[in-house]
Amino acid sequence: MLTVAIFVPIVAAIVLALRPNPQGDESTARLRTVATGISLLPLVIMVVAWARFDGSEGFDLIESARWIPTLGVGYKVGVDGVSLPLAAMTALVFVASIVYPVDFRGRARQYFALMLFLEGVSLGLFLALDLFLFFVFWDLSLVGMYFLIGAWGHGDAQRSALKFFIYTLAGSLALLLGIIGLYLASDPRTFDMEALIAQQPLPARGLYSSLVFLGFFLGFAVKTPLVPFHTWLPPAHVDAPAPASAILAGVLLKMGTYGFVRVLLTMMPETFARFAFPIAVIAVVSIVYGALVALAQTNIKRLIAYTSVNHMGYVLLGVAAAAAAVSGEADAQRVALTGATVEMIAHGLITGALFLISGSILARGHTYEMDEFGGLASRAPTLTGATVVAAFASLGLPALAGFVAEFQVFTGTLSIYPWLAGIGLLGIVVTAALFLRMLQKLFLGSLPEKWLRFPDLDRAETAALGALLALVVVIGVMPAWLLGVVDQTAGRLLGN
Amino acid sequence: MGGMSGMQLGDIVPELVLLVGGVLILLYALFVPARLQDAAPWLALVVVGLAFAAATEMLGGPEELIFFETYSTDGTAVWGKIIVLVVTAAVVVLSAPWFRTDSRRGEYYTLLLFSALGAILLAGATDLMELVLAILLSSASGYVLAAYHRASRAASEAAMKYFLLGALTSAGMLMGVALLFGLAGTTTYSGLSEGLAPGGTAVIGGAALVIAALAFKMGSVPVHQWMPDLADGAPAPVAAFITVAPKVGGLIALARLVIVLPESEVGWRPLVAVLAAVTMSLGNLAALWQTDVRRLLGWSAVSQTGYGLMGVVALGRSDLAVASILFFLAAYALANVAAFGVVVELRGRASLEQYGGLAKARPLLAAVFVVAFLSFIGIPPLAGFDAKLTLFAAAIDANYSWLAGLAVVNTVVSIVYYARVMAPMYFDGLPSPEPVPVLGAGAAGATVACAAGVIIAGVWAEPLLSSFMDAGLLP
Repeated sequence: MLTVAIFVPIVAAIVLALRPNPQGDESTARLRTVATGISLLPLVIMVVAWARFDGSEGFDLIESARWIPTLGVGYKVGVDGVSLPLAAMTALVFVASIVYPVDFRGRARQYFALMLFLEGVSLGLFLALDLFLFFVFWDLSLVGMYFLIGAWGHGDAQRSALKFFIYTLAGSLALLLGIIGLYLASDPRTFDMEALIAQQPLPARGLYSSLVFLGFFLGFAVKTPLVPFHTWLPPAHVDAPAPASAILAGVLLKMGTYGFVRVLLTMMPETFARFAFPIAVIAVVSIVYGALVALAQTNIKRLIAYTSVNHMGYVLLGVAAAAAAVSGEADAQRVALTGATVEMIAHGLITGALFLISGSILARGHTYEMDEFGGLASRAPTLTGATVVAAFASLGLPALAGFVAEFQVFTGTLSIYPWLAGIGLLGIVVTAALFLRMLQKLFLGSLPEKWLRFPDLDRAETAALGALLALVVVIGVMPAWLLGVVDQTAGRLLGN
Repeated sequence: MGGMSGMQLGDIVPELVLLVGGVLILLYALFVPARLQDAAPWLALVVVGLAFAAATEMLGGPEELIFFETYSTDGTAVWGKIIVLVVTAAVVVLSAPWFRTDSRRGEYYTLLLFSALGAILLAGATDLMELVLAILLSSASGYVLAAYHRASRAASEAAMKYFLLGALTSAGMLMGVALLFGLAGTTTYSGLSEGLAPGGTAVIGGAALVIAALAFKMGSVPVHQWMPDLADGAPAPVAAFITVAPKVGGLIALARLVIVLPESEVGWRPLVAVLAAVTMSLGNLAALWQTDVRRLLGWSAVSQTGYGLMGVVALGRSDLAVASILFFLAAYALANVAAFGVVVELRGRASLEQYGGLAKARPLLAAVFVVAFLSFIGIPPLAGFDAKLTLFAAAIDANYSWLAGLAVVNTVVSIVYYARVMAPMYFDGLPSPEPVPVLGAGAAGATVACAAGVIIAGVWAEPLLSSFMDAGLLP
């Protein structure tokens, strides 16, 4: 079943890529309908998987096949309470992004093919239970994003795409060295995640273990991204088409943080514990730095991009707190890890929505500079409403998803690293300020004459944003259904 | 071995087929009127097909030294044959339209088959004299192939550079062989492994001279300079062949040679590691500045040699070493022939600017380029990824993590120049509205088949990999 969710979009992408380009608006619209329909299938499958999921022990809904037994490589997919919500969120963000209008530059077919391809490989990454398979999807996701930014981006898109490609491929090669290091230490040699978790092939200390950890860390840190490995992110986001930005922030960044949980926390927990404090410090630096730099931005998209650096810092702070070697704080660590996972989901939905909104603003106003706007609330009430909900969710207002996540992260971390948690709270204050300023500049004040005919969101935009933000509200108001699934697995991962 | 090592013609059927087939095609070309010369590539394909069938028959067969311990039938040698023959078949198909108007197109295929035979002998030679024979056969035919367009200045220059470096290293090799023969009293590798005393400067000098000749065949530092010139100047199908087939033979020959050398304090392992490091770095840095796609491919071929040498460094220290070498060669051969095949199909177009918008005009060819380049970079699930994975793992396993680390840095650098070709193809418009001229369906088919091979070998790696893991490497 999970295999179908991964490969239906990929096969559909290949079929689309081989067909001739449609002529005219009508066939483009039909193409969008088809692509949306295909992208809905994985979402339906993830909902069914959620209903069938039983998180009481280990991985569930496993599907496996022989692949390259000579190297200990297998095709194996399955879910636990961390990967299932991430995969479901991924499927939803993709549906919203594929529905969203974009300038196809006369190549609608290739655009939808790449989006569907990315959907398949992103789901594959979160569902993979074999490190080799994980890495296959990891690399394919960045190749797909490279072409998406380069071909449909704006501004200096080629340069941004190349920068993205180089940085993230450098990270992924560091990750590859880490994977090889772990693989060579396993006995019998295997890439199977369950086997590696059972084997715990590396000792807590020693140069070899540290180097393997460093490889994984660099790979995940570039993708997350943590300061100072974040420099690829702002140009990639600003120049990418809005749906690609939504996927980049909503889905691809999660691959990094997910890697910390999936690989390092389970396969090298003792080594992770040794490095938990420095990583927590880097996380706090990311929180504060991301928030302050975002505060200095006048470009809406760049602002949102830096808040991603800030939010990924919250996630990693929670993960590092959960990984730390402290005794007697098992409950706090569990709360921190749950919070970090929920933050991944919340950020995916919220920032996905924010980037889509920035695309709508660009399509209408042809600029990202917020000083150019003002008073739009009177002209575009739906756009205003969606932006307000997304911005408040992002700054952590109670009763929205971001609050649930950040509350847990900080509650958990306070018991482990009280000082760091205290400094990290500064980030929340700053993001509150910057989002309020953004809302004020865009929607309040006097309406410049040139925006008198500023159109509101159309049906497709409203539907896509509505779906994402409705879930943000649902998680904020009644988070139990999500927390239950995550918390059970978080407890197991931490051994209690 | 003694009694077993006599004349066993049954073990060299592929070689005999190539030899006899080459001679028959030469006779055909000499005595048949010009209008029938177009059948020569078909004959060549039949010959290669027969040799291929005979070679695949040998897979899993007995691994032993034959002809008085001068030639090996181990799995590595058999796979070397198979890879060279696949490449030769693809190049024959690429050559047929390319040389269609050349009045000497018949003999061309004889030279091609002899050059393939030379590469195959290189992969199996377990005796220094046999090695000399193989190198000379491969090189002599290669010089002529490179200069086949007599009127072209670029081709003559490339062939001249190829010839001069080849003559230099061959002369050195003969001295090296003489030295090693004098020290060990024998030229067979099995004799060398017992007869060579560790540490002597004469051993180091002799081995270094032979290794230099193999470095020339592979396009490794310090005798790599011919590679970009030949990629640019030689006829494009010949460039596809000579950047691949001699490398297959040369890398396997190097692997065979080093394992019989004594490992003293300053042994062959660090030497090959340094060659690998310098070759991959230099090839990459030089490729960065190219504005000519064919020269870029030539420098990329140099850097790829550096990656392949990592597998040689790991010989005897990692059980992945031989498999990594073979997988690298298979992946590289398919991807490089696919990339040069695109150049052939585009009638040899070289300037980077002319590749702008190719994805719109010729989407399939652009896709082949992308598959080849992503395989060079090592993106899964293409064959180049399995190659890099096993090479890196072998190097780390052999305590050469620094070399794997350097290979990673080089891979990151290589993205820049591969992207310099991929980006304009997909992101730019066409420079002119005129249709892009191509050679025809045959050449396109061969290059698409190679690209498909890159994908299939990557995704369905198990049969290849398990056979490579079983392949022996006899001294």
